[in-house]
Amino acid sequence: MSYATQKLAEEKVFKDPVHRYIHVRDQVIWDLVNSKEFQRLRRIKQLGTSYLVFHGAEHSRFNHSLGVYEIVRRISDDVFHGRPEWDEGERLTVLCAALLHDLGHGPFSHSFEKVFDVDHEEFTRAILIGDTEVNAILKKVSPDFPADVAEVIAKTYSNKQVVSLISSQIDADRMDYLQRDAYYTGVSYGHFDMERILRVMRPLDDQVVIKSSGMHAVEDYIMSRYQMYWQVYFHPVARSAEVILRKILQRAKELSENGYEFQQPPTHFLAFFDRSFTLADYLALDEGVLMTYFQLWINERDSILADLCERFVNRRLFQYVDFDPGTDYKKLGELSALFKKAGIDPEYYLIDDSTSDLPYDFYRPGEEEERLPIQLLMPNGDIKELSRLSQIVDAISGKRRTDYKLYFPAELLIDGKKKAIKQQILEMLREGGV
Amino acid sequence: MLQEHARIVDFIATAEGVTGRKKLQKMVYIMKKLNVPFREKYEFHIYGPYSEELTARIEELCDMGFVTEALEDKGSYVQYKYAVTDEGMEFRNAVGASIPKNPEAAALLNAKSARFLELTSTLLYFDHLVRDEQIAKLHSVKGKLNFTEAEIDEAYRFLDELEQLKLA
Repeated sequence: MSYATQKLAEEKVFKDPVHRYIHVRDQVIWDLVNSKEFQRLRRIKQLGTSYLVFHGAEHSRFNHSLGVYEIVRRISDDVFHGRPEWDEGERLTVLCAALLHDLGHGPFSHSFEKVFDVDHEEFTRAILIGDTEVNAILKKVSPDFPADVAEVIAKTYSNKQVVSLISSQIDADRMDYLQRDAYYTGVSYGHFDMERILRVMRPLDDQVVIKSSGMHAVEDYIMSRYQMYWQVYFHPVARSAEVILRKILQRAKELSENGYEFQQPPTHFLAFFDRSFTLADYLALDEGVLMTYFQLWINERDSILADLCERFVNRRLFQYVDFDPGTDYKKLGELSALFKKAGIDPEYYLIDDSTSDLPYDFYRPGEEEERLPIQLLMPNGDIKELSRLSQIVDAISGKRRTDYKLYFPAELLIDGKKKAIKQQILEMLREGGV
Repeated sequence: MLQEHARIVDFIATAEGVTGRKKLQKMVYIMKKLNVPFREKYEFHIYGPYSEELTARIEELCDMGFVTEALEDKGSYVQYKYAVTDEGMEFRNAVGASIPKNPEAAALLNAKSARFLELTSTLLYFDHLVRDEQIAKLHSVKGKLNFTEAEIDEAYRFLDELEQLKLA
């Protein structure tokens, strides 16, 4: 028996709060789960700083990756199995891609990637094809197998059905994270009838379609996603923590570049400051490492770094007001000048932040849109795009919602010297329309 | 954040307007790959490298009144034409005054068709591969477009030309 088809003597199961059990029979999958690169995902939280708002949200990318694997396993082994439109030869490729799709995520990815201009997807690829335990396992399947799995995750794989199971507007990744994040945050949004959706998914030509009888379950899924984005993922307080995190990393980088002598040198970050990092440098990081530095840097002599770290560790976050950059960018300049006069560095204490989401969109022929639509399979075999039949989805299709906030440390503007300037700042901030 | 918005405004202004969503996406991607510091994250989509962040940023700039998006009906298809408004130039001058310009590169890119830029950006997306593998991958993901050998040669020549400009 080849390694690709080798089964465990007994099925292994992981108890899981979302899917009840996650089933593993393939030796390859079991070996991948036990690789050190996959185990590292236990030390990276799925929702970054959201735990500072939703205290239950301490779950990791390890949990989520197993969940995506389980959904794809069920689609492959139960829903699609035996259907002529599905290539059974893709089974192991899609299972591995599902399991490993987030492998390149780093600690607090969102902030880390912004400050150091790196991309977790490039690291995913590097782990899959580089000198790693994961690569050694995948190569035992076949020499080309690591690259095949990487291509599925990068969406450049030739079989588009396989790609769309992992990345599309209704994919296993989203189906898992919506339910999982809802469970761990404790919110009542995010729930939908995944069982129903799985039952009505069908492989067809180069895509995956949904039988029209499952339309209402898909509507529920899209609305769940919409609510999760605005109620959980874009929560303004979690964004405040992200802002501080970003500024900590930026400050450490700036200090290092200026020759500042750290009491706790940023050893793990140095290769990222000068962009000489290797894959090994990246894999040596996790959220435990970052939090250790933040704890130690609370005692640094640099008052800005120490203050930002103290804020993050002890959850003394920035306040915020709504902000419209289209009309307020000039006032932002004025505010920035006032912050300087007040002795508060605006680079680190006056931060604008935006976030936006497009809940659903569809490809309009000739308009160069880039999102593949959710297609419904009608009883007569015709295909119809979801928003043509669903009034609810039509109402939100193509409608982007954006939110801008301006973050600042409110208590620094109340106490201490230069009260008149600080009062002026507070009035500008309170006026709204900053 | 506003610096990134200003950088996009500046690029559209430097290119003296851009016609086509796809074209704008690919122009920014190619510039980014040539080390111009655009921060938008790209992934591979239907037409090759595509940035959801860039799409969002353009929509925001349109909402702010800094960029206009005019729909042009070309008969069998429609195109979006982007131009910077006076308010957009004021914004750019206030927020992004220090952004270096690359007018020659912007003009060279803007003179090319969306199809050609799709080809060029797709080759760049696979720049971790050797040339033969890059071309094989191009045909694999863009088989329906039937890019010719001459087009591919021209794309590589074009990239060489851009690289010689030493973009800032």
